[in-house]
Amino acid sequence: MGWRDDRYGVPLGSPRDEGVDRRDFVKVCMMAAAAVGLPASAGLKMAEAAEAGLKPSVIWLHFQECTGCTESLLRTSHPGLAELILDLVSLDYHETLFAAAGYQIEEALEQAMTENDGKFICVVEGSIPTKDDGIYCKIGGRTAIDLLQEVGPRAGAVIAIGSCASWGGVQSADPNPTGAVGAPEILEGIPVVTLPGCPANPYNFLGTALQYATFGTLPALDDKNRPLVAYGRVIHDQCPRRAHFDAGRFVRQYGDEGHRLGWCLFAMGCKGPETHANCSVLDYGEIPNCWPIGIGHPCFGCTEKGIGFTKPLHQEAALPENAYPPIFPDHRSSAGAAAAGVAGLVGGAVIGAGLMASKKIAEGGSEEESS
Amino acid sequence: MSSQAKPVGGPAIYNRFTRYLAIFLGIWVLILLYRFLTGIGTVSGLTDGYPWGVWIAFDVVTGTALGCGGYAIAILCYILNKGKYHPLVRPAILTSALGYSMAALAIVFDVGRWWGIWRIPLGGFPDMGKYNWDSALLEVALCVMAYVGVLWIELGPAFLEKWKATSKKQGLVKFADIGLKFYDKALIWIIALGLLLPTMHQSSLGTLMLVAGKKLHPLWYTGWIPLLFLISCIGMGYAVVVWEAGVSSSVFKRDRHDAMLTSLSGAMVVVLALFLILRFADLIYSGKTTMMFSSGFYSVVFWIEIALFAIPMVMLMRGKDRANFATMMRASILIMFAGAMYRFDAYIVAFNPGKNWSYFPTVPEMVITLGTVALEVYLYIVIVKRYPILSGARAVQVRELEGRA
Amino acid sequence: MTMDRRTLLKGVAAAGAGAAVSAATPAEASSVRPTAPPDAVGMLYDATRCIGCRACVTACKTANDLPGNIYDPPNDLDGTTKNIIKLYEEDGEKSFMKQQCMHCIDPGCVNACMIGAFKKREFGIVTWDIHRCIGCRYCQVACPYNIPKFQWDTALPKIVKCELCTHIITDPETGGLREGALPGCVQACPKEAVIFGKYDDLLADARQRVADHPEQYYPAGDPQIFGDTEGGGTQVLYLAGVDFEKLGLPELGDEGVAVEGRNIQHGIYKGFIAPVALYGILGAVLWRNRRVAKKEGSDE
Repeated sequence: MGWRDDRYGVPLGSPRDEGVDRRDFVKVCMMAAAAVGLPASAGLKMAEAAEAGLKPSVIWLHFQECTGCTESLLRTSHPGLAELILDLVSLDYHETLFAAAGYQIEEALEQAMTENDGKFICVVEGSIPTKDDGIYCKIGGRTAIDLLQEVGPRAGAVIAIGSCASWGGVQSADPNPTGAVGAPEILEGIPVVTLPGCPANPYNFLGTALQYATFGTLPALDDKNRPLVAYGRVIHDQCPRRAHFDAGRFVRQYGDEGHRLGWCLFAMGCKGPETHANCSVLDYGEIPNCWPIGIGHPCFGCTEKGIGFTKPLHQEAALPENAYPPIFPDHRSSAGAAAAGVAGLVGGAVIGAGLMASKKIAEGGSEEESS
Repeated sequence: MSSQAKPVGGPAIYNRFTRYLAIFLGIWVLILLYRFLTGIGTVSGLTDGYPWGVWIAFDVVTGTALGCGGYAIAILCYILNKGKYHPLVRPAILTSALGYSMAALAIVFDVGRWWGIWRIPLGGFPDMGKYNWDSALLEVALCVMAYVGVLWIELGPAFLEKWKATSKKQGLVKFADIGLKFYDKALIWIIALGLLLPTMHQSSLGTLMLVAGKKLHPLWYTGWIPLLFLISCIGMGYAVVVWEAGVSSSVFKRDRHDAMLTSLSGAMVVVLALFLILRFADLIYSGKTTMMFSSGFYSVVFWIEIALFAIPMVMLMRGKDRANFATMMRASILIMFAGAMYRFDAYIVAFNPGKNWSYFPTVPEMVITLGTVALEVYLYIVIVKRYPILSGARAVQVRELEGRA
Repeated sequence: MTMDRRTLLKGVAAAGAGAAVSAATPAEASSVRPTAPPDAVGMLYDATRCIGCRACVTACKTANDLPGNIYDPPNDLDGTTKNIIKLYEEDGEKSFMKQQCMHCIDPGCVNACMIGAFKKREFGIVTWDIHRCIGCRYCQVACPYNIPKFQWDTALPKIVKCELCTHIITDPETGGLREGALPGCVQACPKEAVIFGKYDDLLADARQRVADHPEQYYPAGDPQIFGDTEGGGTQVLYLAGVDFEKLGLPELGDEGVAVEGRNIQHGIYKGFIAPVALYGILGAVLWRNRRVAKKEGSDE
């Protein structure tokens, strides 16, 4: 790749699209590495591996989804990442992006699985319906359950991108007519990295995928198999509006003065305190403050099962209880050795001197007595 | 009323003993200065849970009770002794005057906004004349202020006698003469005040703790607390008189007046018995009999207190024992501790503001308390050496004393 | 010293008078129970509505010009904190607790204050007067809720406690309530867990809530409104879903803490009759003794 001038927002496939700078390419790799908490050196290594053609094979399955997670990945805007994705990973099966269709694409899938058996990354986007034997999502005549159960076990790593693939997403909202569940529930026994979000932040995905590709390892995961580095904290703990929460400055109505001043949206039903995600610290589309709270809408907990698409938008979140004073704060003071010592000494001296003096004085009586 | 009292004489302000007091008082002044410049919390262990500590429980409450020597002696001498002046009275009044003055001093450094104390007798300033007669503390404050004045006035004759006898200034001699004549007529009305005022405030010092409600342990919380405080203070006053007589006679070579003290001891057995009877009767009548044993730590404290009252009562029961001065002195120590412990318990030990509060005085706090004691001793020595307080000196020993450097 | 019968009788008479003066009769129940003034205002705190956001803690500091650092918040009422939120959580039970002055109907602090710095003023609000206070801290001893706090680490200390934002809710010129004005904490509360109003209205409101949702409040089935009668009644009322004692509200009888001491003081010193009488008796006895002594010619 030659060195070029910075180009901003060149559309895919446009005549001017002749590739990108190396600088930008390395920058993207660094960002991806940072997203999973790896140091800059890892980012560099990722870039080198990609340049050397060591690109991980990715088989991307789509089920009950809106394709938002794919779109989100494609919408990274600076530089035009679309080509970079195609340069960083070997996307061997992707229903949205592939030109082929029908039997051709099914053959491509079979081929990709055979060539990279046990080594490819299986990405799942969308939930899997389970009701009525899963007939509500069929591709090429096969149910989503079947497809996933065929591809998943043959993958080196399975990543569920988006809330739908992680735990069911919007499809699973009450009454869940299709019995939608996430990939982990179908692939029981197989570890599935989940990256919930609606959509998931693309850099969370990139970092995870590239870490696996470059180092063969996955980031540290929590009990729901979410990378800790991205999902280890709740929004509330990293929220730019936290100071307003702590100071009791709440928006009461959309458009009121507090809303215009950017006050805390807790009273509007923000689920930040209950939602694990890194939206506030990892911008979507690389635009600062491009996330719900940033534009003045309360977080609705899209990553969190039981919160997103479950709790009403404007219902208040449960607050984490930490650092509240107890009913009886501890005001006890210890006596201190010196103080106890002095008190003992004084008390003892008074008693002792008193007893001694009484003896002496009584003996002395009114007679002469040297004191 | 003239007396056989004479100044002890000899160097007072700075002698073999008082030099050590002076050094200690120097440190004391520095710590007090620090307290006034930086606040009460920096030198003491007082907290919002225990706002009253050793400065109140000891310096004020116990200190004034120990200063009831004048009160105890006055009851017995003036009421029961046909008004005959007795040599034990004047030194007791001096001890009382100094004790109450030290208590007043302790108030000044214990309260946080001490510059406003002068407003109390005025009922506020500039919004004057507004007294909260509901407040037991107001009554205590006014009575104590008045009583300090009364005590020093009662001592007046000692100062006037000296000035009349030895002053070179003609004006002062005349003033002393007029003063002594005034006292001849008026002293009984001053003494009557000196009997009324402690009766009022020593009992009210007990009533003070009733407002603590459930914060005061039920073994101490009772409507009879004012009477219990009054009775125990009379006992403590007597104990101080015995001690004062013993120490002064030994150190300053004065008559000890054993006979008077022995008959006082008889009265004190009655006083101690009254205290114990009232205490137990009240507890049993209020259904707190089991509580005396089942309150854990508080039961232990309670029974130690009772023992400290009962043992000296038993010690002084037999006439033979009462005549023994050593026994009287030992019993007196116990009575003083008994009364002090009863007050410490009511104000601190049995006071529980709630969970997670505790109190123990800090070293500077204790130094400040000890300093007031040291100051009292110091002033006692100075006054006794210069003014006719003590009586019955033997001439030879006085000369010897005065010859000492 | 010999004691003849006359002297003994005199002594007993004097002692008896003395005992009568100081005798403390166990307090009879106050015949006149203090009630809230007719225009009393107060607050109602419903712990089941509180979310522990602590907006009220900051609002109180702002409204009263108190220093405070929200990043290092206080953990109890103190010399710069007039209002605090605490958390009770144990055995699966959880409740927040707002703590501030209860504005008692028969306040212990008002009774105790020897200089009248604590007064129950218009609308029943208990206020502290900086121009009178001596800093003796007897009010701290008296308050059963341990509300008044002292500034321990300054040479010019004050006593600090909630005064219902009198400076905000009342008009200094007319002395009346400002229309629509609320104490700082009430203004800030996003859930109306604490509300302000006329005492009678608040009590009625509390009773209504308890009647409508008896299972929601403590004790379930027959809920208690803390402050209705406790300690003689308070103008700040509490409703909670857990035992009030677990929230730090002490178990109190129906009478204010001031009652017993006040009965004794009034009983003894009413109109100063007893002290003056005793003084007269003592003076007379002394005078007579002295005359007897002079007559007997004893030397002095």
